[in-house]
Order: sequence, then C-alpha cells, then structure tokens
Amino acid sequence: MTAVRRGLARTPVGLIIVIVFFVLGVIGPSIAPYDPLAIDLAHEYEPPSRAHPLGTGDNGIDILSALLYGARLAAIVGVVVVGISVLIGTVLGTWAGYFGRMTDHVITGVADLVQAFPAIVLNIAVLALVARPGLGHLIVALAVNGWVLYARLARAETLSLREREFVQAARALGVPTPQVLRRHVVPNLLGPLVIQATTGLGVVILAESTLSFLGLGPGKAVSWGALLDQGTAVLLRFPHVALFSGGAIALTVLGFNLTGDWLRDRLDPRTR
Amino acid sequence: MRYLAGRLVRALLTVIGLVTIVFLLVRLIPGDPVEAILGDQAGPEEKAELRRSLNLDRPIGQQYVSFVGEMLDGTMGTSFRRPDRSVWSLVKEVFPATLVLAIAAWLVAWLVAIPLGTLAAARVGRLPDKLASTVAVLGLAIPNIWLGPLLILAFGVKLRWLPLPGDDLAGPEALILPAITIGTALAAVLTRQTRAAMIEVLSLPYITAARARGVRRTTLLLRHALRNALLPVMTIGAAQLGALLSGTVVTEKIFERPGLGTLFLESFFARDIPVVQGCVLVIAVIYVAVNLLVDLTYGVIDPRVRLS
Repeated sequence: MTAVRRGLARTPVGLIIVIVFFVLGVIGPSIAPYDPLAIDLAHEYEPPSRAHPLGTGDNGIDILSALLYGARLAAIVGVVVVGISVLIGTVLGTWAGYFGRMTDHVITGVADLVQAFPAIVLNIAVLALVARPGLGHLIVALAVNGWVLYARLARAETLSLREREFVQAARALGVPTPQVLRRHVVPNLLGPLVIQATTGLGVVILAESTLSFLGLGPGKAVSWGALLDQGTAVLLRFPHVALFSGGAIALTVLGFNLTGDWLRDRLDPRTR
Repeated sequence: MRYLAGRLVRALLTVIGLVTIVFLLVRLIPGDPVEAILGDQAGPEEKAELRRSLNLDRPIGQQYVSFVGEMLDGTMGTSFRRPDRSVWSLVKEVFPATLVLAIAAWLVAWLVAIPLGTLAAARVGRLPDKLASTVAVLGLAIPNIWLGPLLILAFGVKLRWLPLPGDDLAGPEALILPAITIGTALAAVLTRQTRAAMIEVLSLPYITAARARGVRRTTLLLRHALRNALLPVMTIGAAQLGALLSGTVVTEKIFERPGLGTLFLESFFARDIPVVQGCVLVIAVIYVAVNLLVDLTYGVIDPRVRLS
C-alpha cells in the first residue's frame, strides 16, 4: 500500500491526466449514464443536479455523457492523426536527412511551404473541399500539416546520426542501406519522436476541438468542441455548458503538455 | 546586398509555391468541389455550368495560368456567392479590423512577457519565477476557444467592466478581451523565451564586469541585459504573427466581430471556394512577408547574420 502511494506521489500530474483521459476514451461510452444525443426538452440547460452531475445542455442532453463520448472521439482523432503524422514524418525526414541532395531539397521545401500556412487555416481550407466532412476527412485535414514537425525532427536527428561512428562503421562494413536505416538510424530517432508525439497529441486534440467548435467537426459524433460551441451560444444565461466542456479540453491539453515536458526531462539527457 | 537579394528571391519562391499549393488543393484532393458547392441534388447541367464558371473544365495547365493571372491582376478571382464582387475587394473591406485585433494581441503578449520574463530571470527559483512559469504553462494549455468565454463571463457578465459580444460599442474597450484571448498563448511562449535568454545573458562576463563596476541593478537588467536578450526573442515573437492571424478566426467568432476570420468561415459554409482560397493566400502571404521583414531587420541589427 505504501509502495503504491509512494509510486503515485512520484507519478506526475500530467501523466495521471493522460492515463485517465485514455481510460475514459476506451470505457467512457459504456459508463455514460445517458445516450449523449437523447433529447429531453423538459430539462434543457439545467445546472448540475443529482440526475445530471454536470447539468444538461442543448435539447436537454446530459453533459457528463456527452463529455465521456467526446473523450472517445478526441482519443481516436489524436491517436490516428499523430500515428499517421509520425509515420509519414519519420519516413520523409529520415529519407531527406540520410540521402540529402535533391530529395532533401524537395522534402524540406514542401515542409517549408506547408508551414507557411497557419495550421488551422490550412485544415479549414482542406475541409472546405468536401461536401459533408466526416471523421475520415477531419483526420486527413489534420494530417496534412501534422507530419511536418516530425519530418523536421527526424531529418535533423538523421543528419547528425549519419556522421556518428556506429553508422559510419556499419556503412564501411558494407551493411545495405535499408538495414543501416532500420537497425541503426530509426531506433535512435524514437526517443525524440516519442517526446514530440506526446505534446503533439495535445495539439491535435486541441485542433479537433477547435474545428468542431467552428462547426467543422464530423457530423453526428459528440465532440467537446461542438459542445463548447453550444455552450458559448448560451454563455450569458447558462455558463455551465461552456465551463465543463472547455474545462475538459483545457485539462486534457494541459495533461499532454506536462507529460511531454516530463518525458523530455527524463529521456533527453541534454536538458538535465 | 547578397543577403538581401537571396532572401527576397526565397520569399518570392515561397509565394509562388503558396499560390501553387492553393491551386492544387482544389484539384488534387479527393472529392469534387462542384459537388461540395451544389450538394448531391444538383443536376448534371447545373454541375457542368458551375464547372465551366470555375474553369474546372479546361486543361490543368490553362487553369493554372488563368489562376495565377487572377492572383496578379488584383482581383484574386470573383466571389461565387456574390458574383458582383472580386475576392480582393471583400478581403480588403474586412482586413483592417483583423489587423488591428492581431496587433493588439501582439502588444498584449509583449506587455506581459517582457516584464514577467525579466523578473523571473532576475529572481530564478523565487516567487516571480514560479509565477512566470505558472503563467507560461497555463497560458499554453488554456485553449483560446475556452479562454474567450471565460473572459466574457468574468469581465463582461460578473464584473461588467467590458462590453459583451454583440454590444454596439465599437470603441477600443471592445478590443481588450479578444486581444487577451489571442495573445495569451503567445505571451506564454515569449515569457519562457525572455526568461531563458535573460538567464543566459546575465551569466556573461560583461554583466559580471558591469556589476563589479557598481552599475545599479535596474540599469543592469534593462540597459545591459534586456537589450541583448531581446534579439532572439524578437525573432520568435515576430514569427508567431501567423499564429495570431489564425487565432482571429476563432476569436472573431466568439466575440462576434467582423474580419478576415469571419469572412473565411462564412465563405467556408457557403462553399465560396474562390474567397476561401483568397483568405488562405492572404493569410499565408502576410505570414511570409512578416518573416521576411523580421529576417531583414535582424540583418540590419546584427551584422553577423549578413555574413552567414
């Protein structure tokens, strides 16, 4: 028991938030007390009560249930978008960093161009071309600029790894290039990529909330951002809707930021 | 001179690249913009008609030439929703409001970051430092979509100090909450940077020398250290102007203000693709132009940059 408690005390707050977020993302919908889309007009915009711990919102939906379902959407979008971005970014970045020359110029050039657009503006522009944006479109729109960060990181790390003795030795021994990359370069990229991806999850979850807030989220799905949008519309009369939904977004983003910082301190000896 | 020319050419290439990306966006992304505009119910004739008026029925090379032509002739194409207006005239109309908001947000960020970062560096590990790092962490974590409503609740509803969204007051006080909403995240970043840069500068020999000469603490901090520490922070701060511009999209919606962000969103929902393209390009080009300006000023201030 004391060991558990000591372990808990040493576990950073950020990590606890992240773990709770993912657990709720998985089991949330099954423990939600109500259907988050169930209409109950008699109880619209009620403040928190015993029946509805966080109150009710638009059309009398239960806010706690909506937040639990929203956690699943945020978790799915976060994990899938970051997964795709890390994959594409690592491949392109390693390629650019290892082979240099023309490949490097092209990949770095495209990355520069994508970064010349503010992220959210580019996301909206991509979504504007689809008749009825769904979950898949949202994921594509977020991945369009998501990969750039990881590509830059992978490229920079590969550039320095390429000159290190163990890579030079492997090359001198005649190890084929694909194997050099797979065995010696990519494994050494993982640390920095994991740190970046942790913070990146928070960024993507915030971007999903922002797009949903602006009304560009996936149609039927319950999203924190869409809930916050409804809450903002009735802010002056029923502030609890905006307070709880926005709080969920802020807390989650804070959790990922703190965890990212914590990982950086632990995994990256340079910052010690 | 070489540096100036090289930097200008690079900026020009970037702008050409941006125009190309915006052009390709409509053509390459799976999904038909014509269907996005008209919906599923439209008949084939209606679709063909729209395709023709958007130039989508011509070979891609010709499309590109006429697209670039529209960007260069000062119209940026014609609004689909309002055929009597050019995209540029719509953008020009709302742009000042957004620019004022972005600049106000930028000022807010600097006004918070410089004193807070400097104080934190002067008292590392003490109360001001802890305050600064709390501001930095919270400022980055609180999303502007939540901060805006919170500020409205606190200062508009509870305290009644500042106007609510939709109030008819167009005075400068209506700018305060939106500016804080956008500027907070940047303030957090800049506070961190100012602190880090100040700590580094404060450890340099010339500061120790000045201290040994008996230079007053305030003079030492402000005249000797801050001026040198600010240079790198300035670059980051200026480069963040793009983030501020995209922040206006959200903030204009929350505070019901007219501007580029509102035009962008309205055009999005009306599927007015020429205007969407125009807004994206204007925002991106401003971003590139600001970065260019920062680089050039940097070259003027710091001669070492020109040599590399």
